[in-house]
Amino acid sequence: MLEDKDRIFTNLYGTGDWGLEGARARGGWVDTKKFIDSGRDWIVNEVKGSGLRGRGGAGFPTALKWTFMPKEGVNDGRPSQLLVNADESEPGTCKDREILRHDPHHLIEGCLLAGRAMGAHIAYVYIRGEFIRERQNFEAAVQQAYDARLIGKDNVHGWDFDIVVHHGAGAYICGEETALMESLEGKKGQPRLKPPFPAAMGVYGNPTTVNNVESIAVVPEILRRGGAWFAGIGRPNNTGTKLFMVSGHVNKPAVFEDALGCTFEELIEKHCGGIRGGWDNLLAVIPGGASCPVVRGEDMRTAIMDFDGLRDKKSSFGTGGMIVMDKSTDIIKAIWRIAAFFKHESCGQCTPCREGTGWMMRVMARMVEGRAQKREIDMLFEVTKQIEGHTICALGDAAAWPIQGLIRNFRDVIEARIDQYTWSSTTEGAVPSIAAE
Amino acid sequence: MSVRRLADEAIQPATFAFTKENQAWAEKKMAEYPPGRQQSAVIPVLFRAQEQQGWISRAVIENVANLLGMPYIRVLEVATFYTQFQLKPVGTVAHVQVCGTTPCMLRGAEDIRHVCERKISHEPFEVTPDGKFSWEEVECLGACVNAPLVMIGSDTYEDLTPESFEAILDKFAAGKGDEVKPGPQVARQFGAAEGGATTLLEKPTAKRTYKPFPPPPEAPAAPAGAVPAPAAATPTAAGGKNKTTEETAPALKSPSPEKVSPATAEGERKAAATSAKADGAPNKAMREEATGAESPAGKIDAGKTDTKAKRVAAPAAVSSPTRETGGPLFTPPPGAKDDLKLISGVGPVLEGKLNAAGITTWAQVAALKKADIDRLEAHLAFPGRVARDEWIKQAKALAKGGVEEYRRVFGKDPR
Repeated sequence: MLEDKDRIFTNLYGTGDWGLEGARARGGWVDTKKFIDSGRDWIVNEVKGSGLRGRGGAGFPTALKWTFMPKEGVNDGRPSQLLVNADESEPGTCKDREILRHDPHHLIEGCLLAGRAMGAHIAYVYIRGEFIRERQNFEAAVQQAYDARLIGKDNVHGWDFDIVVHHGAGAYICGEETALMESLEGKKGQPRLKPPFPAAMGVYGNPTTVNNVESIAVVPEILRRGGAWFAGIGRPNNTGTKLFMVSGHVNKPAVFEDALGCTFEELIEKHCGGIRGGWDNLLAVIPGGASCPVVRGEDMRTAIMDFDGLRDKKSSFGTGGMIVMDKSTDIIKAIWRIAAFFKHESCGQCTPCREGTGWMMRVMARMVEGRAQKREIDMLFEVTKQIEGHTICALGDAAAWPIQGLIRNFRDVIEARIDQYTWSSTTEGAVPSIAAE
Repeated sequence: MSVRRLADEAIQPATFAFTKENQAWAEKKMAEYPPGRQQSAVIPVLFRAQEQQGWISRAVIENVANLLGMPYIRVLEVATFYTQFQLKPVGTVAHVQVCGTTPCMLRGAEDIRHVCERKISHEPFEVTPDGKFSWEEVECLGACVNAPLVMIGSDTYEDLTPESFEAILDKFAAGKGDEVKPGPQVARQFGAAEGGATTLLEKPTAKRTYKPFPPPPEAPAAPAGAVPAPAAATPTAAGGKNKTTEETAPALKSPSPEKVSPATAEGERKAAATSAKADGAPNKAMREEATGAESPAGKIDAGKTDTKAKRVAAPAAVSSPTRETGGPLFTPPPGAKDDLKLISGVGPVLEGKLNAAGITTWAQVAALKKADIDRLEAHLAFPGRVARDEWIKQAKALAKGGVEEYRRVFGKDPR
């Protein structure tokens, strides 16, 4: 459990002034010039020592990602660029929203410092289209920073830096880094094949690093308090603080910042007033945004909330957005709704995903009613395995995992539903003997 | 993926022109992107057009294409791909977007949708006869802790119940939409828990104290003879087989840019192979080189090369102090290894590192002294780890009577 003095996002709930004055009063933009002057290697070293792992879901070490960028002096004339992924669309995730509207200067300062660390003089911040008020706040904060000459040409920090605020228009797939780049270039957000990797050939063909909002926004505080401070929080390889979001059937859903490595029970009891109807009423949890496999409630209670802790539970930490379901939930329907989400958001580029997401959704819809054969459960599982790993981007995987998690953990519920349907069917409403459409 | 087409020709307006203000805004937006990349502005500009006209017509697409110098088909692609673009007219007063994805569904989004079906129209995208209202179900609006929510225009209305949502709709119908406060419709501060935040209760200050990294371990100036070639360890780290553990790998602590360059990694691998060869059969030429200092080949020449070897080893330790320049920190005892993972807090990765540092048995861990611990932690880069997880106490129990003893002392199984 984290103390208030160790929290990074000190205006998370928007109680204070989100503008420059407020940010300065809370410790923002202090010593920034010193960090810039300490040089590229120092910043990378400090962040590397902090053990910061990307906060967008995959958990890749942030500083290591920065080192993939071309070195100073060996540049072939193409500018290095930072691309901040604020296309936060994963169901269950709503942390970047709070950063953009309430702590925007964390992100702006982070962009500048990260830019220094990778030799970039420009950052594009891609905000999802639905965050209209959040974008307006952030644009205003960027303007404040320009006016105060904190960024821009010939700024007080001595590192020329521009921030361009861009936005999308409602496509989940643009959260994938190569689709994000396509979208920024003014095209359909269809992911690119890798390689070439963004660090070699990204936006406009220039070297680009894509980072999540939270990964960038914590950088200034890491430098101010020291990588050792950040590394001292949490378990090895899972260090630091994290914004958690809890939605669904808890008494008081909330966003909050806490240390990695707390157990699920601690977090829920302290911040969310417990599970609705008590811990015995907990059915299941999706621990890291909709694309993570669902975990049974009894397994989840003692789960350690960090990257490795949830891998041990055969799920994934993702973005830290927990979707809690109590025993009143129709778990099959909940997963069907996720399948419908992925069907809606598939970009249509790869056949397994384009056709598979719709197919899975339709089979799931029948299973919600129980109008299915038990052997279709295995068939569905088999199909998810055919989709997983056979697409350009990870959306295919993301669509397959929730269903796999459901079948692995709640097969008994699906079978009981099918039995129920069979028993209550009349001769007219017989169970179909054909497979899926 | 869904099929989205332009509206019927019958309702397509013949022309579209940006207002003067919006035209200026669009030109300014185009200038933000690098020269020749004004196509990037297509989404923001289309968005503006939609704000002006309420929906995207064919004339809008053609106008935007001309403005940005794009083929019509490219703008059409964008307009049909991104689902926030309305391709048909929607309600002029309010187009209600109900989030229906799982987190909202769990908190009652279906009831909200039923209100829309009852009060607006049975089908989504069906505009009421007076043209004022329409609704649709959208995928995640990104405010899951404030579920269920709807978006009307640029604002979200959160933490709804069917009753409070009906009240909001009534306000809009009465032309008083501005009076409704956006955001949570219950007593709640944005994303904080209802009834008061559980964190950030203290007033934040600007005071910060910088915590430096723990000092590097004292340069282990081990006798040249006993040291295995350190280069042999480097290529594994540089090769990057296991990406997540790289950050903690001591070899990467000093940020040498070459770590990621395949060419250099290849070079290091070659160097390692060469020095490995030197291990087996002493090579006169190799021993002249600095790397010979770290190879046991030095031993063969006894005192002769010793002084030279030490001189070479020392600066290497200074230039990258955190790197493991010497041999193992501890001398591994003969005999079988213990499963160090039974010590809570030690995982497979840490076990590997401990083994590499020469610790292979529980008894060794149990016998660690203060100075040893400092040295070890500096090596592992996890200050305070040994004490925090009570390694010594656990290791003592394990060393004394294995798992049985551990159970007796701690009352649980070792993990």
